[in-house]
Amino acid sequence: MESASTSGPAVGGLPPPSALAKLAGVLASLALTFFGLTAVTFVIGRVMPVDPVLAIVGDRASDEVYQQVYLQLGLDKPIYIQYLRYLGQLFEGDLGTSIMTAQPVAEDILRFFPATLELATIATLLGIFVGVPMGVFAAVHQGRWPDHVVRIVALLGYSAPIFWLGMVALLVFYANLDWVSGPGRLDVFYDGIVERVTGILVLDAALAGEWDIMENALSHLVLPASILGTFALAYIARMTRSFMLDQLSQEYILTARVKGIPESQVIWRHAFRNVLVQLITIIGLTYASLLEGSVLTETVFSWPGIGQYITRSLFNNDMNAVLGGTIVVGACFVGINMFSDLLYRLVDPRVRG
Amino acid sequence: MSAASLRAWLLAEAPASRWQARSQRVYLGWLAFRRNPIAMLGLVIIAGLVLIALLAPWITGTDGLQPNLANRLHPPGAAHWFGTDDLGRDIYDRIIWGSRITLYIVGLVAIIVVPIGLVIGIIAGYVGGIVDTVLMRVTDIFLAFPRLILAMAFVAVLGPGLGNAVLAIALTTWSPFARIARAEALTIRHSEFILAAQVQGVGTAGILARHVTPLCLSSVIVRLTLDMAGIILTAAGLGFLGLGAQPPTPEWGAMISLGRQYLIDQWWVPTVPGIAILVVSLGFNLLGDGLRDVFDPKSGS
Repeated sequence: MESASTSGPAVGGLPPPSALAKLAGVLASLALTFFGLTAVTFVIGRVMPVDPVLAIVGDRASDEVYQQVYLQLGLDKPIYIQYLRYLGQLFEGDLGTSIMTAQPVAEDILRFFPATLELATIATLLGIFVGVPMGVFAAVHQGRWPDHVVRIVALLGYSAPIFWLGMVALLVFYANLDWVSGPGRLDVFYDGIVERVTGILVLDAALAGEWDIMENALSHLVLPASILGTFALAYIARMTRSFMLDQLSQEYILTARVKGIPESQVIWRHAFRNVLVQLITIIGLTYASLLEGSVLTETVFSWPGIGQYITRSLFNNDMNAVLGGTIVVGACFVGINMFSDLLYRLVDPRVRG
Repeated sequence: MSAASLRAWLLAEAPASRWQARSQRVYLGWLAFRRNPIAMLGLVIIAGLVLIALLAPWITGTDGLQPNLANRLHPPGAAHWFGTDDLGRDIYDRIIWGSRITLYIVGLVAIIVVPIGLVIGIIAGYVGGIVDTVLMRVTDIFLAFPRLILAMAFVAVLGPGLGNAVLAIALTTWSPFARIARAEALTIRHSEFILAAQVQGVGTAGILARHVTPLCLSSVIVRLTLDMAGIILTAAGLGFLGLGAQPPTPEWGAMISLGRQYLIDQWWVPTVPGIAILVVSLGFNLLGDGLRDVFDPKSGS
């Protein structure tokens, strides 16, 4: 929400910049934000009041061992050298080694990330295909009961703690009604049969032609995706409603109606088309926040994604894994945000100037 | 002063004093706010929360911390309205005491975040130039961060606990306030009353504190109210992950986490605290929406 609205009039009296200049501007701020992100994770990892050497050697280690690890980590060097070294490692894709899995963090993340991607993508799609029609419907019936229902649903979706919602949904749809499968991505029975190609189980099963495995994967996916999608739905419905209200009060809509164009065409061909660009931005923001927000959903549904990886590493004091995960999720978050902002600036004629 | 004359004083065409003018503004805002049933519902919920937190010692039977194993996992009923948990503690009592923790969290985050945001935003907006650019770049960087993940990383280093969770949330929450304060400061920077103050010899610090800050406050308060729900949900999420308040503290998110294993057979243990979180965060959202409509009629529908 912020990044779209904060692209203020930074260039007071100058001529409007070209699309290329804007692209450069966005890329520059993307790079800057990424450096900021790495600076924060660096500070968290090295400067905060936890001794990284003690974390490795334990507090009973002798002075020699302590000294050795101290030098090994480069902690005797000035702080900016340490930061540059850290950046250099990041650019080589080296996120350090996980203490928990004894494997490079980057490899771990590649293994866990597709599960999160799968969850967040389906959740966003649900949010779009339910939320957008809801928002349009509410705007068309502004002030009457469909509008109130949509507003209340959206507010509830905003206010509910997602992990709690997930638990209640498990209780009702899995334990009591038995409509869907429980936690995890697959029944144990099907585990490890399908060869891993994309890491997205539903796709992999389809590629292998294992239809019952795909069905099983889907029945595991539908509940966590719906729960995660609740927030997307609430946000998208609410924003669609307010964008549509904006458009429907414009004079060209009145003109179209006076000309006798059917109402459904006025809504979808005239008003909705003008809302599309803003919607794309909103959807981008939603997708980014779902990648992050899936941490809690993954915990509830034992979903082996990056959120669960970070949480588990956290409890094992596996700081390399935690910070590596933070950087990857953070970079995706920043990247998607900037991309939607860029799209908005490039496509919307009013901002294009 | 009788009620009728008070009302007349509040609605007078020409206020006779600065105090009267200010009171009138507040009263007119209240009149607009009162007409909005959704916002009033939010106000009632939040007022109720504050009241419950204040009255906690008188409306609870226990301190909600002492285990009573003879009473384990009682279903909701006359003796225990919301049932008891796995240690035989009354869930109703724990919810009531937990309201204090919720208020403590949002209060503390607000106390940390608002001054930081105001100072950075107002200085950036009022001074302008290179100061503005640098401060806003830093703000934008924090604005673009993923909130929950970053809070988790902070807590990972600081160690789990309520105080550290609050600190982590605050570190990831201040940036929108700096943005808002800057925008407000920019619009009033060249106003005539600021010029008048400058001419009268008021120093920059004085102008910022006495003239610019008060005008930023209303937008900041609206945004703060809307953010409260997010703060509560993040804190509860950290508590649920075991990174926030630690047992036996009756923090609602932590209560859900502890009750998780009883979900299927003793559903009330994790369900009731979730409803409490939902109601309070809904209350803040409703209140925030209402305040926004009152303070900023443009964005209302």
